[in-house]
This record gives sequence, structure tokens and C-alpha cells, in this order.
Amino acid sequence: MHMLVCGGTGCRASASDMLYESLKKEVQDNNLENEVQVVTTGCFGFCEKGPIVKMIPDNTFYVSVEPKDAKELVAEHALKGRKVNRLLYVDPTNKEQISDSKHMGFYKKQIRIALRNCGLINPENIEEYLAADGYEAMGKVLLEMTPEEAIKVVLDSGLRGRGGGGFPTGLKWQIASKNEADQKYVVCNADEGDPGAFMDRSILEGDPHTVLEAMVINGYCIGATKGLIYIRAEYPLAIQRLKIAIGQAREFGLLGTDILGSGFDFDVEIRYGAGAFVCGEETALIHSMEGERGEPTFKPPFPAQSGYLGKPTNVNNVETYANIPVIINKGAEWFSSIGTEKSKGTKVFALAGKINNVGLIEVPMGITLREVIYEIGGGIKGGKKFKAVQTGGPSGGCLTEKHLDIPIDFDNLIAAGSMMGSGGMIVMDEDDCMVAVAKFYLEFTVEESCGKCSPCRVGNKRLHEQLDLITKGKATMEDLDKLKNLSNVIKDTSLCGLGQTSPNPVLSTMENFYDEYVAHVTDHRCPSGVCKDLIRYEVIAENCVGCTACARNCPVNCISGERKQVHLIDQVLCIKCGACLEKCKFNAIAVI
Amino acid sequence: MTKIKSLADLKKMKSDLQSQISIRQKSENPEGRTLIRIGMGTSGIASGAKQVMEFLMDELEKRNVDAIVTQVGDMGYSYADPTVEVTVPGKDPLVFGDVTIKKADDIIEKYIKNGELLDGIIPVNYETIDKK
Repeated sequence: MHMLVCGGTGCRASASDMLYESLKKEVQDNNLENEVQVVTTGCFGFCEKGPIVKMIPDNTFYVSVEPKDAKELVAEHALKGRKVNRLLYVDPTNKEQISDSKHMGFYKKQIRIALRNCGLINPENIEEYLAADGYEAMGKVLLEMTPEEAIKVVLDSGLRGRGGGGFPTGLKWQIASKNEADQKYVVCNADEGDPGAFMDRSILEGDPHTVLEAMVINGYCIGATKGLIYIRAEYPLAIQRLKIAIGQAREFGLLGTDILGSGFDFDVEIRYGAGAFVCGEETALIHSMEGERGEPTFKPPFPAQSGYLGKPTNVNNVETYANIPVIINKGAEWFSSIGTEKSKGTKVFALAGKINNVGLIEVPMGITLREVIYEIGGGIKGGKKFKAVQTGGPSGGCLTEKHLDIPIDFDNLIAAGSMMGSGGMIVMDEDDCMVAVAKFYLEFTVEESCGKCSPCRVGNKRLHEQLDLITKGKATMEDLDKLKNLSNVIKDTSLCGLGQTSPNPVLSTMENFYDEYVAHVTDHRCPSGVCKDLIRYEVIAENCVGCTACARNCPVNCISGERKQVHLIDQVLCIKCGACLEKCKFNAIAVI
Repeated sequence: MTKIKSLADLKKMKSDLQSQISIRQKSENPEGRTLIRIGMGTSGIASGAKQVMEFLMDELEKRNVDAIVTQVGDMGYSYADPTVEVTVPGKDPLVFGDVTIKKADDIIEKYIKNGELLDGIIPVNYETIDKK
């Protein structure tokens, strides 16, 4: 019997490492070491209910397991073979307990290619990766294929870059392979910067060898012998597991000189980034690795011509690489049978926001937002009404009710005014103010703009100021036009992708929720009750029973009133924290 | 650690290691596996069911046959103990009686691998409640 314990960052934050130790100890105390294997794995994706423990072979899926549950799990499940019902997943819609992952709505529509080994193998043990077809694709490419043949497979598969741009990966390789040079480089872009996106981290934490394997293949195809992984220092667990993986691969001779007797040499090094969003842009990333400031430069020359240290360099994202070994093993035809006409395969999305099943999912391209949100995501939290979903992070836009049934792929999302980006999906409900959302993203871009070109440096700052005025009710209708014009100017004149896409959240929220902007400007009202300067809390006299709960919890003591008398909020002192609304049991506080 | 020097080495290593995690990969699809139930009531154990079970567990793994072996209670065919019920995916369960080590070997080689029937099959004389 195997007990798989999730060791991803999310579950570790809720003490899954202690849980692992407790399970191990219980297994030992019960003398079950020979029968039960406790294994740490990568992320299962169901972060909402972590830590996750999965029992093999009966496939029981336990959720929210705490270290103190270890004793019961071992005593009941391992020794007596009885499921511990209280730890099983409960379907939020019909309140039924579901014992295995196969029958959970969350996993039903998923196809896991990039995440195939996450939650299955121990990422710190190369033997488990080898057992799961690991390095077989690399062996096949190095010994049985020419670089051209291997590039053709990737090209035919239709794989497009998963980092955001969606550029055909095979084409990128082909261009890099044709440029002659004494030294070329392969770079893995692990600088995942979109707020809310964490698929690259999960792949590196759950299956680091797959990235190494793909990089060797990439190196062989374009004629590079050196690989670099650019990863942000704020991903300590991913770095640690990568280091272990690189060490093991070298030990086994899968990195280094004359790999598998093919005569091909390749080695990988890690380079650390300081977590700047702009360093996800390939030219900025390369400059950062060279020790320069992380600022983008004009393309052309493209990195494929002159990249790291002026040599031809191929940059791919983690998720893109994670697809490569499977494509080689199963063939281009298999891969291209999944997905839509122009977007093949699957995409990993990080579901976040007001959704029941927060987590990481991998779905075939062409799935609809409705399926993602209502079937996999389990619907909106608290039964509220869906309002919008932001895809593509600060570079993307929001999609609304009317977009729920379009098939998700690179081109459809762009047509709908958003983009795929790296795959963050932030779901918003009726309580979210779209102006405030746009302001949040602008705050992020202002912070992350490198400052090299003025449209981005100055323009985004101005956009943010305008949005701030709107949320305070101090803007005019004229300002709304200015906002739109400025957004378009920034889009057209910025140097790199960051500036060219940063006004997207503004433009798409204006497009879809123009009336909300107007309400802020003309009525000085925030329809969702979010913008503090435009709302006030009032006591509804007929509901108030004078329980004093609000007055006792008010942090600034601005609520007055005797017991059993109607209370009153002093609007001058009120800081609009909402504590009274939360504490009132009689619906006697209203947001106006 | 010895280095992997060729594709053949890599493939050999994989097949050696595969059993480690195959149980996890296959757990997603339990219906696709052969299920072997061994009647381990008092009479079953007394007539050697335990040895048969140990033999089956060891040999199935050694011979790379993918099956789940479980012990169950007395099946009621005491006249023919030890009894072993084998469910190959897509076929009806078959119960074999008087299973010795030799016969267990035949079950693996002839029935599970090749689908040949053996002597000593006990006709099913009851229905289970979930079929009703």
C-alpha cells in the first residue's frame, strides 16, 4: 500500500510535512514498514482542501488532513482497511461523500499532460521518475533521431508557448537551430510573475526531472550544450527540488558528457531572479542573467539570433517544457488530436478568487469557461452570482457572462478582449467592483514597470491616478475618455509586452462594465459597495434590537446607542472597515 | 551510483523500477485489473490457502502480472478448499477449487495469461446481492 502525501507549497503551508512525519511514525509504530510506503509527491492541484493524502491502490482521496489524523488513518485505513469517512471529500452541491478522485467533479474533465507526474511520483527520487517513462523521450531523441526529425515532431504537434505569447514552440526551435554559432544556450523561464498563477512552481516542485529532460532534448535540437534555468528566489522549495534533481541526473549520467553514449554533452545550471515581473519577458530575463539590470531591449534581434552573452538562445517556459517528453513519446499526432484547430493540447490554469475549488487544473484547449467554473471549479463561493473572470493576469482582461460558452484557446481569448497569459484565472462575483479590480492590476504594473520607456513608466502611473479619482468619486465623464485614450497610447507605444498589455484590464473592464464606471463618476456610487469613499454604513432602525455587538466590535468606537435602543454610526469617525456589518446578526447594518 | 550509459541501460532500469509506481498509475482504473480473491476462512487456511496466497502474491509480482490479491472470508465451498476466485476484466468471475501451489501456477500461466480453462472450476451456485 502507498500513502501519497502532497508536498506542494500550498499543502506544506498547512503542515503536510508534519503530517508526513506523523504518518511515517504511525506506520513504524504499527510495524507496517514493509507493507505501507509513505511518499511525498508534488501538487495534486486540489489546493482548496489541502493537505491531500491519497491511498493506493484503492484510490481513496482524503482532504484537509491534519497531523493529528495520522493515527486514525493508519489504524483504520492501513490496518483495518476501513475508510475514515470524516476525511473524505464532500461534494458541495449534493453533500455526498466521494471516496476517490475519479468521481470528483474537479478531476472529471481534466487531462493531465504537463502535470502527469504531479501527485504521482516523489519529486526527490529520480528512480520514480525513471519508472514513469522518465528520460525515455530524451534517449529516443539523442540516439534514434536527428535534430531535424525531433524539431519536426514538436512542430507537427502544434505546441505553442505556454508562458503567455503562444508562439509555436517548434518554430522557435527551428529558428534557433538554423543560426550558426560556437555556443548556443537553452533557457527555461521559471520566472512566473502573474499574481495568482502557480503552475510553473507546481511542475518544478512536483516533477523537476521533466523540465531537465526537455531541456536536454531542446539543446540537442538546436545544438546547445548549456542550459540555464531562470527561477525567482521566492520559490525556495522549487529551487531545492531542482537542485536535488540536477544532482541526481548528473549522478546517473543523464546530464553531463556523452549522455547515454550518444556523444552529446549537456548540463544545466540555475540562475536566480529577484522576482521582478518584467523579467518574465525574454530579453529582460536574459539581461538579468547576464548580471545587467532586468530591462527589456528592442526586438529584433531576437534571442534566437543574439541572446545570452550575445549567443543564439532559446527561451521556453516551464509548462511548455513539461509537454515535450510526452509529445516525443506519444507522437505529434496524439498531441494534436487534443485541443482546438489552432491551439493543441492542454493548458494548466490556476483557479483563484471567489470559486469553490481553488487549485490547479489541466484541461484540454477548447473547454468552455462554464465547464471550468461550474463543473471543475464547483461554482461560485457562497452561491453568489458570477460576474467576471480575469484571465492572463495584469496583461489580460476580464471575461463576462456572455463569454461563458466560448471555447478557451489562444485566439478566442484574444478575440474576446483578454488573453491566455500564463493561465491565471481569477473569478469575481457580484461583490467585486470592476473599477477597483482594474485599479488593483494597475497598482501592480506601476510597481513592476522597469522604467525604461516613458509610456509605461509615466502612462501607467497616470492611469492609476485616474482610476484612483474614479474610485473616490472625484472624476468627470471627460476623465473616462482620457482614460481610454491614454490606455490606447500606452498599448501602441510601449517597448515590451509589459507596457503593451498593461492597460488591458482598464480597457476590458470599461468595455464590459462601462455602467459601473459611470455610476462612480456621475452618481458617486459604487454599485458593488467596495470603494470606501463612495459608501457608508448605516443602521436600519427597524431591524436594530440594540444588542450592542456592533458598538463593541467597532475599532474606532464610532457607534453609539444604549442597550435595547437603536444604534447610530457617526459618519465622520467611521473608517468603513465593515466590522459592524460582519458582527450584526439581525441584518440591521446596510451598505449604502 | 552506476551511470546509465546507453538507451538499453535506461530501458532496463525502467523495467526494474516500474513495479514501484505502477500500482499508483493503475489505481486510477481499478476495473481494468485482474482481481484474485482467496477464501481464507478457518477451513481454507487449514487446507493451505495461506501458502497459496503467498505464492500468488510473490509470483504475480515476479512475473509482472498485474493483479490485486485480496483475502476474503469463507466462500462456502468447504469441500473444495482452498478456493480462489479470479475476475479477469471483462469476464465473469471464476472460482477454482482445491488450489495447490501447482494449480495456482496454472491459474497464472494458463488462465490469467492465456485465458485457458482449467479443471476444478466450481459452478457458481448463488448470486450476490448487488446483482439482484
